[in-house]
Amino acid sequence: MISTRDMNVPATGNGEAPPVPSDAAFNSLGIAKAPADTRVVVAMSGGVDSSVTAAVLVEQGYEVIGITLQLYDYGGGRARPGACCAGEDVYDARQVAERLSIPHYVLDYQSRFRAEVIDDFADAYLRGETPIPCIRCNQTVKFRDLLATARDLGAEVLATGHYVRREIGPAGPELHRAADPARDQSYFLFTTTKAQLDPLRFPLGAMASKSATRDLAQRFGLAVAEKPDSQDICFVPDGDYAAVIDKLRPDAVLPGDIVDLGGAVLGRHDGISRYTIGQRRGLGVGGGDALYVVRLEPESRRVVVGPRAALARTRVALYGVNWLGEGDLPKAGFACAVKLRSAQEPVAAVLHGGPEGTAEVVLEEPEHGVAPGQACVFYDGTRVMGGGWIRGAD
Amino acid sequence: MKHAVYMDYNATAPLRPAVGDAMNKALEITGNPSSVHRFGRLARRVIEEARRQVASLVGAEANEVIFTSGGTEANNLALGSFDGAGIVVSAAEHDSVLGAAPGATIAPVDGQGVLDLEALERLLQENPPQENLNSPPRLVSVMLANNETGVIGPVAAAAEIAHAHGALLHCDAVQAPGRIAIDMASLGADLLTLSAHKMGGPQGAGALVARGGVTVVPVQRGGGQERGFRAGTENVAAIAGFGAACDLAGDGIADQSRLAGWRDDLEARIGACAPDSKLFGAGAGRLGNTSCFTMPGVASETQVMALDLAGIAVSAGAACSSGKVGVSHVLRAMGATEAVASSAIRVSLGWQSQAGDIDQLIEAWRALYARAGAASAAAPAA
Repeated sequence: MISTRDMNVPATGNGEAPPVPSDAAFNSLGIAKAPADTRVVVAMSGGVDSSVTAAVLVEQGYEVIGITLQLYDYGGGRARPGACCAGEDVYDARQVAERLSIPHYVLDYQSRFRAEVIDDFADAYLRGETPIPCIRCNQTVKFRDLLATARDLGAEVLATGHYVRREIGPAGPELHRAADPARDQSYFLFTTTKAQLDPLRFPLGAMASKSATRDLAQRFGLAVAEKPDSQDICFVPDGDYAAVIDKLRPDAVLPGDIVDLGGAVLGRHDGISRYTIGQRRGLGVGGGDALYVVRLEPESRRVVVGPRAALARTRVALYGVNWLGEGDLPKAGFACAVKLRSAQEPVAAVLHGGPEGTAEVVLEEPEHGVAPGQACVFYDGTRVMGGGWIRGAD
Repeated sequence: MKHAVYMDYNATAPLRPAVGDAMNKALEITGNPSSVHRFGRLARRVIEEARRQVASLVGAEANEVIFTSGGTEANNLALGSFDGAGIVVSAAEHDSVLGAAPGATIAPVDGQGVLDLEALERLLQENPPQENLNSPPRLVSVMLANNETGVIGPVAAAAEIAHAHGALLHCDAVQAPGRIAIDMASLGADLLTLSAHKMGGPQGAGALVARGGVTVVPVQRGGGQERGFRAGTENVAAIAGFGAACDLAGDGIADQSRLAGWRDDLEARIGACAPDSKLFGAGAGRLGNTSCFTMPGVASETQVMALDLAGIAVSAGAACSSGKVGVSHVLRAMGATEAVASSAIRVSLGWQSQAGDIDQLIEAWRALYARAGAASAAAPAA
């Protein structure tokens, strides 16, 4: 299973534009300038969300510049509706920009996307992890590189079509879950730093629902209004990530044994990269009680399976922690709620900060299916307090 | 926004008014140039007049001119007529040459972008012609003026070497008309590529000039137009415009010292503003209208975007049709690192350029350099 499948679920709601704050000194993006004097770069993927983001800001009178990142190219004109940033989508983004009469540029980020996102994705699977390339992409090409380019272009703001809210708190900008919990993408943005949050804006975070966004797209006359949502990882056709890894690392995907907790061989597999912690289906070892993937052992190439009870974990070790709360990452224990995968509702936990960006999260109740490589994101109510990458769990 | 400043003549030049007049006149003509009746003859007359004008531009005979849709088609027609293994091209050639001869041997250029003639000779010696009389002739392809740097290639010397080794010489001269004089005989070119829209003519017209006795293998087959070398009804109005533009090439050449003066002024001011800025090809003979230089630490595409937002049109080395920008193979061939090559932009001037254009460019370039160049110096890019 790929976690980002859960990013887009059908939503309902009425179509209203995001509310515009009325404070006269600041425009709707919180900049003390007239909209016409505020240069805004919108990251346009060619999809409905970022297209509506651009249209809303154009309507509000901002100087909007559309930038589309060309992240990969399968060549051969392969049509992939519902995936972002390939040729079709660059074309769609350009059509929307044309419709809105805004300047639009395409940046070739293929080599850095390959190096920072795709290679990392393949290597993580080979290490027995379950990576989330969408977060890596946000962390690197979008909020580091594109943000730097937006600054170089003299833009005050980089706006994206993510469903997440940026609110001003007593100590500065805060990241919050989207108004529509079904659309919330905050899990995928946990690596956003405080410094990055400053110039970032997410105009759709306040939208009631995706259908409200589509209604706006209709009202703006955007051709992408009916375009299907992105369903998969953009560079993984048809959700077949195993095929992508086979292609990227043809010599690294090797067969091995499926064993039980005691080490007894139950069957064979075609490569640990085809499995993820907590997976039940497709093990090919039938009979008896339901078995789950409990552990992946890259060195011995073993897939260890066991009963559901063997998946229970209460202590989760994190690295690469990003803290969005005030001050430094709390060492003493910070009560919060955490999400250990994108589709999950936050659960109660206590966070203990460690050295060098590490942390330990102690769960109030055991969780089943905590997979290394996934993200653990911390919440305080609707506010995102940060998060980290899961190294392992006990 | 200030008035739009166009500084991308090497991509395409504004249409000359006289060219527009000639095209409008041609558009009023009904008739297929291949038709037998008088309507056809009228259209045919337009084409043949243009053929004389094009031939006269390069010192060729009218019957040596094959009209094409542009430079890319002419390069494909030329290179595609030879066996790839027998082709040697310079490393700084346009993509339409490199793409048309994927199997070609690449001859290096020096740090100024000038073809290394000794290397060319060595490559031809290492790969001598087959004794077999039926073996296909070989070809050397060298551009006259580089599109990115304006550097003028040693075409005549390369032709001498090519001919001494039994090879023909093709010259992509697309950037030269209206900027320097072209004479096929003194260049020693057997095949020469031209394009109308770089010289104030329309897009969609070009020519391959094939010296008498040199034949090419048609890509487009059909009705036998262009002596069978290029089938398809001719683009009469565009060809008329092409011809008219050729007649104005002398005016363009006379204008070069004005443009070169501004170009030199631009380069001096860029150097004063950013002493680390690298200038490409300034040590070689160059077109007077072209300048290629870097803004240290700032990506070419960022410069192109920022200048565009300031109303100034320039280009980054190698823009492809989608508008995205790749690292220039020309600058890489000149020894530039990827980081340096990917921070270069090309400024190219032409007949409508004004003195104030340079001021406007310098102002916007400086502002960007203060904003982005300083930031990249403080925090070197990963």
